[in-house]
Order: sequence, then structure tokens, then C-alpha cells
Amino acid sequence: MQQISDLREVQLKIEELTHAYVQCIDDNRLEEWPEFFTDDCLYQIISRENNERNFPASIIYCDSKGMLKDRVTAHRQANIFEAHVYRHIVSSIRIVGCENDTYTVHANYAVFQTRVNGYSEVYNVGKYIDKIVFEGDQPKFKEKKVVYDTLVIPTLLVTPI
Amino acid sequence: MSISKKSAETLTWPEKGESRIPYQVYMDENIYEGEMDKIFRGSTWNYLGLEVEIPNPGDYKTTYVGDTPVVVTRDSNGEIRSFVNRCAHRGATVCMDSCGNTKTFTCVYHAWVYDAQGDLKGVPFKKGVNGQGGMPEGFDQSKLSLQKIKVETYSGIIFGTFDHSMEPLQTYLGDKMCGYLNRIFQKPVKVLGYQRQLMNNNWKLYFENVKDSYHASLLHLFFSTFGVNRLSQKGGIDLDETGRHHVSYTYGSLNEDLEAYKQSDLRSFSSKYTLEDPSLLVGRNEFPDGITLAIQSLFPGMVVQQIHNALAVRHLVPKGIDSCELIWTYLGFEDDDEEMTKIRLKQSNLVGPAGFVSLEDGGIGELVQKGIVGAPHEESFVEMGGTGIESQSFRVTETSIRGFWKHYRHLMGY
Repeated sequence: MQQISDLREVQLKIEELTHAYVQCIDDNRLEEWPEFFTDDCLYQIISRENNERNFPASIIYCDSKGMLKDRVTAHRQANIFEAHVYRHIVSSIRIVGCENDTYTVHANYAVFQTRVNGYSEVYNVGKYIDKIVFEGDQPKFKEKKVVYDTLVIPTLLVTPI
Repeated sequence: MSISKKSAETLTWPEKGESRIPYQVYMDENIYEGEMDKIFRGSTWNYLGLEVEIPNPGDYKTTYVGDTPVVVTRDSNGEIRSFVNRCAHRGATVCMDSCGNTKTFTCVYHAWVYDAQGDLKGVPFKKGVNGQGGMPEGFDQSKLSLQKIKVETYSGIIFGTFDHSMEPLQTYLGDKMCGYLNRIFQKPVKVLGYQRQLMNNNWKLYFENVKDSYHASLLHLFFSTFGVNRLSQKGGIDLDETGRHHVSYTYGSLNEDLEAYKQSDLRSFSSKYTLEDPSLLVGRNEFPDGITLAIQSLFPGMVVQQIHNALAVRHLVPKGIDSCELIWTYLGFEDDDEEMTKIRLKQSNLVGPAGFVSLEDGGIGELVQKGIVGAPHEESFVEMGGTGIESQSFRVTETSIRGFWKHYRHLMGY
């Protein structure tokens, strides 16, 4: 019984991590976004097409927390784009495996984007394939692979998913 | 919005020539139909794909010429073929998948069967059932092949044209453009993946933007924001003889030496920010000419890109007057080691729909498309670098945009 309640606790913490992660983006607190990751993380946004055909090309490929911070600095200071907000809906968060204290977690997501004209659109839907480790009792993404079904990106992508 | 039916015929180009573009060309349904007909299905060579995408007999991929769906195949003899993806019977697409391998293409509607050359090989119930029905006397199956597209390849790149009396591909590209293609396609390439992007603007606004070297440092602020060394950025614009194709090239604008980047004296003084992880910039000098940025456009809708070690072909697909899709094929070389592939993956953060130095291009045409609503008879002002059409040894110029319009007017008869 103890094992089951431990697993429940892990599950709750992982779900909380995922929900906190998407709310951080939706609330435009991007400066906090890299802190959901370990220092030597891998964050990747890749199309389902490329993923299934074993093509590595990704629209975002960051293999360190530093690269995530650079994404945020570029978003805030360098890149030029029309203002927009995201609303993530996450479901079916499941631990599908655990090896060497690393949990593999799958979840579905949908991102609605609202631009300055006020229209909302289904911007991107797909699946998170995450590797999560605990630093103390705090779960962090060691890997976050965003595999998107929406093969055609509308206009551009600058805000992380 | 669409203008009256007669507008395409009545479009009179402004007297000042290619340095003025009437906004009507971005919003008129009739002009758009004319472009599909006279440009994409007319006397042009269009990008169809890469030989490496269909290496084996029976391999195929689907793509577009303009907005016309086409199939590109390798037949049983290893010859590359292409035909319109439209059954000769009722017009349904005969191939639904984006790629694969097959001996025949069977239309799902009435099971008409075509081979990899696009020739009709089978019609169910051709003789009817029990002597009833069937095709009439004199039914000639050989006259009902799929519409063929003439194919030629250069440097492993497959081009197609609807004009079967079209000049040879190499003549169309010209020596200069062939030279730039040979530079990138110097040895066997491999596909690293695809990216697809939808833009809410007329296809020409994206193609002009590719040819517009004036905007580069003004719209794309990533390099200057992070003080990536641009001290030695020498470059220019090369046009082919007709002005319809172009290359914009830059020498050594990116310092790929990490230590040098960290020593701030190499950074521009105005930059406030530094990269936390400059490994993004690590690359290899794989081109002996020292060119680190080369953007090549081939009329009417193909772009070849070298941004340091991030190599790609971009294929522009028109989707109506105010919409177009950009398909990126990311490339490496077959002999890349693991580290080189990693370098290309990391540098690909610079390009594509989410690229540090390219994402703005996805939105800029949309701003124009929004701005010109209701102003079909107004025109743009394109005089940077003069009003002529010639190669120039600087990039603050719109010469290649004017070159595009010169050939456009020639084909459209304006």
C-alpha cells in the first residue's frame, strides 16, 4: 500500500508540474519558464511527420537551460511579431515508464492562440513526451519533446508550447 | 477581395516600370488565376523535389506546381516522372499520401489504375457486366493518361514544367545560378526533415521578401541584439541575365569562435544582451569561398538557403490571393558525422517558422496584405539602389525585386 501511495504522490507532483508549466506560458511569465527544466535539458518542438519518419529537424531545438533563456531574451528583446496570447488545454497526463529515477510522461495538449484582432484559433495540437526527474522533491523536465500534429504552423511560432 | 472580372485584362502597369507595383496584383482573383496559368503552368521550371527523396523505383511524393497538385515518381526504369494528381475520369486525386512506394496509382473513386509514368492501365467494367454497360466502341485507354509534366534535374534537384517546348532547365537557370546550386549541392545531400508554414498573404509578397536584402538588418534584430559579430559583413546581390533569379550573399557575418564571442571587444558596442549559451553559433566552415549567408531565389517559387550550416530548400505554394504555404526541406550531407548533424540541428533555431532570424518573414507579408485593403490602384515605391535591374556589390538595394517584376510582366503580358 505504501508503494501505491508513493506513486500517487509522484503522479500528483508530475501533474502539478505540467499544469504549472502551461499556466506559466499562458500567463506570459516566460522569464520563469526555463526554471521548469534541469540545467542540461533538451527542449524540442518537432512535427509529428518528422518524428514518425525519424527526421531530426525541429522548429525549436534547445539542449541547455541557457538556450531556453536565450529564447526568452530574443522573444522579449529581438524578435518582432504581432502580440498574441496562448491558452493551453492539457489532458491525459500519464506516467508511461520509469527508469533510473527518470519518469517518462505523455500528455496531450491543445494551444488556442488569440491575436490582437481578438479572434481565437486552434493554433497547435499535439503531444508532450517528457522525461522528468526529481531534484529533491521538485520535479523538473530533463527532456520535453513537443510533437505537434498541426503540421502547418500559422504565420510563425515564437512563444514556446 | 476581388475586383471586377475585366480587371486582369485592364491592368496597366505604372509608367515608372518595375519600381512601382500596383497593389491590385496582390488582391485580384483574375490576376491570380492568370498567374497559375501563365506562370506556374506556363513557361517556367518549378521545383518538384530532390532526387534523394525518391531514390528507388516506385518511390513517389506529392507536391504542387503553383496550386496544382502533382505527383513525382521514379518509374520501374529509374526515370523520374511527374503528372498532375487528377484522375482522367472524374478529376479526383489519384494519390492521397505525401510519399511512399507503389507500382501503380489507383483512383479510389472508380479504381482506374495508372502506372508510375501516369499512363492508364486499367478501367473496371470496361466491357460492362454480362454484356450490359461498359465503355462505348472506340474507347481509347491510351488517350486517357494523367496530364504529364516535363521533368529535368540539375544537381540532384527535380524541376518540372507544363510547357513541353520549354527551354532546357540549365538554360533557364543560367550559368551563374547553376554555379550557386553546385555550391550547396556539392555532394550527396540527405533530408533532415520538413517544416510547413501558412502565411496570410499573397505568394508574391513572400517571394519579394526573399529578394529584399534591404530589410534584413532592419526587421531581423537577433544578430544585432546579441552582438554577434557583423564587423566584416561584405556582400552583394547577384542576378542572372534576365533578372528573374537572384542570390544574396554575405561573407563571414557570424563569428563562429566561441572564445572570440565571449570576449566582448568583438561584439558591437550597441548590443545590450549576450547569449547565455553561444554554442548555437558553433559551426564549421564547409564552403571554401567564405560565404556564410546565401539566399538564392529561382523564379517562380523556389528558395535555396545557406545560413551558416543550416541548409534548406524552401518551396512556396500559392493558396489563393491572400494565402500561401511555405514548405522547408532541411538538408545535411550524406557524409555528415554525428556532431555535424547536431550543429545543423542547433543552427536550425535560426531558421524556419520559429527561426531567430526568419520568423518575422512569416508575419511581414500579412502586414502588407492588411495594409493595402481597398487600395488596388495605389502602388508601392521600390527605388532602393536605383530603378535598374543589375547585380550590385552591396545589399541595401531592391534590385532583385525589380528583376522579379520584369519577368513577371513578361509572362503575364503587362
